[in-house]
Amino acid sequence: MVIRVRDLVVGFGDHIVLDHLSVDVRRGEILGFVGGSGGGKSVLLRTIIGLLPKRHGSIEVLGTNMDRASDEERRAIERRWGILFQQGALFSSLTALQNVQFPMREYLKLSERLLKEVAIAKLRMVGLTPNDGDKYPSELSGGMTKRVALARALALDPEIVFLDEPTSGLDPIAAGDFDALIRTLQQTLGLTVFMVTHDLESLQTVCDRIAALADGKVVAAGSLATMLASEHEWVKAYFRGKRASRLASRLAHSD
Amino acid sequence: MSSEPLLSRAFADDRLELAAAGSWTAVHANELEALVDGIARDAARSRSAAIDMRRVHEFDTFGAWLLERLVRESKALGQDMQIVGLPARFQGLLDEVHRTGGEGPPPPAAPNPLLRALEALGRGVAETGRELVPFINMLGALCIALIRVIVHPRAFRLTSAVHHVDRVGWQAVPIILLITFLIGCIIAQQGFFHFRKFGADVYVVDMVGILVLRELGVLIVAIMVAGRSGSSYTAELGSMKMREEIDALRTMGFDPVEVLVLPRVVALVIALPLLTFLGSMAALYGGGLVAWLYGGMSPEIFIDRLKEAISVTHFRVGMIKAPFMALVIGIIACSEGFRVLGSAESLGVQTTTSVVKSIFLVIVLDGVFAIFFASIDM
Repeated sequence: MVIRVRDLVVGFGDHIVLDHLSVDVRRGEILGFVGGSGGGKSVLLRTIIGLLPKRHGSIEVLGTNMDRASDEERRAIERRWGILFQQGALFSSLTALQNVQFPMREYLKLSERLLKEVAIAKLRMVGLTPNDGDKYPSELSGGMTKRVALARALALDPEIVFLDEPTSGLDPIAAGDFDALIRTLQQTLGLTVFMVTHDLESLQTVCDRIAALADGKVVAAGSLATMLASEHEWVKAYFRGKRASRLASRLAHSD
Repeated sequence: MSSEPLLSRAFADDRLELAAAGSWTAVHANELEALVDGIARDAARSRSAAIDMRRVHEFDTFGAWLLERLVRESKALGQDMQIVGLPARFQGLLDEVHRTGGEGPPPPAAPNPLLRALEALGRGVAETGRELVPFINMLGALCIALIRVIVHPRAFRLTSAVHHVDRVGWQAVPIILLITFLIGCIIAQQGFFHFRKFGADVYVVDMVGILVLRELGVLIVAIMVAGRSGSSYTAELGSMKMREEIDALRTMGFDPVEVLVLPRVVALVIALPLLTFLGSMAALYGGGLVAWLYGGMSPEIFIDRLKEAISVTHFRVGMIKAPFMALVIGIIACSEGFRVLGSAESLGVQTTTSVVKSIFLVIVLDGVFAIFFASIDM
């Protein structure tokens, strides 16, 4: 088990967003996390990576309880995960290449040459050219921004990658390419992927397991078939609604 | 789990045999690079080479790239390095790095530093000349927007203007009062301290009155407002520009100058004279207080003396300048805001430029007014 979340409660003021939520992420899988807009998917992600405080419960990452971890242990864990933020969160004053090099420069003592070579390899891995590396974030398109952000998330060869809506804002072709890219990289680099998404396509094509979040809890977890069979109100509406019915029929055909 | 990477070598005839072990990962990339480079230097002596990867138990992109680099370098020397016994789970990664790794384009040659310094100087001079262009552009756009608003008064964003008057005027009152009060105190104290030597105590009142009403009141307030409100105007408009809000306005058929700039500048033009008035009063009050407590001059005498020393003209000179200074601050702040590009850094640069430029221009304007009022005997 790479991530183990137990009884997590997170809230803002009177508003409880996550209500005794438990979820597990297994080594080497791609877990897709779905939930309504404003339902707390991103809150869960941000709580796991320590950006939001929790009120109750425990979070264990790579066998380390994040509450009991010393600063040093925390930093060691942080080096072993990479995060792709929804808007990319690239540093706007650095070029794409420098963005990818940033974590390497901070954490590893590398020669300039190796730094450049590995960063360029990472850029090519996510489907960019070395020439794109000299561009600033403001000069990149939405899809390229996501790719650079993914390259930066992978900079230190992490074991876990958190993806916050990786395909949002991309056209279906770019989104499909990005899904395929995540799949390929997950296999070559042996990653565990925790992916928050809205995209039914992504859920079908890349996710090994899906967890559905409703009313602050995980109401269903398992394969797509499990989701389709679930009787929970929200899960039914999500996976068997109009937009999903095409997907379901296609799934039936492929069986 | 993680252990030092190892790379040992042995020569068999003219064949170089390498044995790798340990963790070929990011954490050890530095030592690993030194090992690989050491091998590459020796490899020239042998004709063929092989590397045994059997005992490598951790392998990531960094390790894969260094292995790939070793293979490429030996190829460049005309020998064929063979990789033996690489665990199957690492093969995919090595293939990927083989496909993606590389030097990338060479960095552009660094130009002669002297030439570069000269070029920067030349560009700087040319740039300075062009600095005035956005100011004049904005002034023109503001005039057009103003005319349009006068023709169609309903197009004026009254709510927005009132909101900005509240922010740049009303909310600035406490800090402006405090600072001008202190300035008044300091001037009076310095005046008493030095004038007393000549027995010219009474003239301190003249100095405080004239200086505060004509020059210092409006100048201090304008500088405060440039730093406080001008910078926030620039940052606001700049971040709106970054998030394409200004483009959105334009595509909906609104003129950003009319919607965003005009209410802000109007608010400043209304607020600055009021703040100047309040500031001047606070400075005179501070001066009077110091005259009483430090100079031993009773408030009655101070006020009588003040009545004789200053006239409405002095007050008018200060107040006439205030709206013009507001206009300069507002235009600079807004035009610098529109010049922000995509990055957070450029937002910072333009905000700094906005404050520095408006303070500079406020002082220049004050000088121009001094000459003007002197020549019309005010």
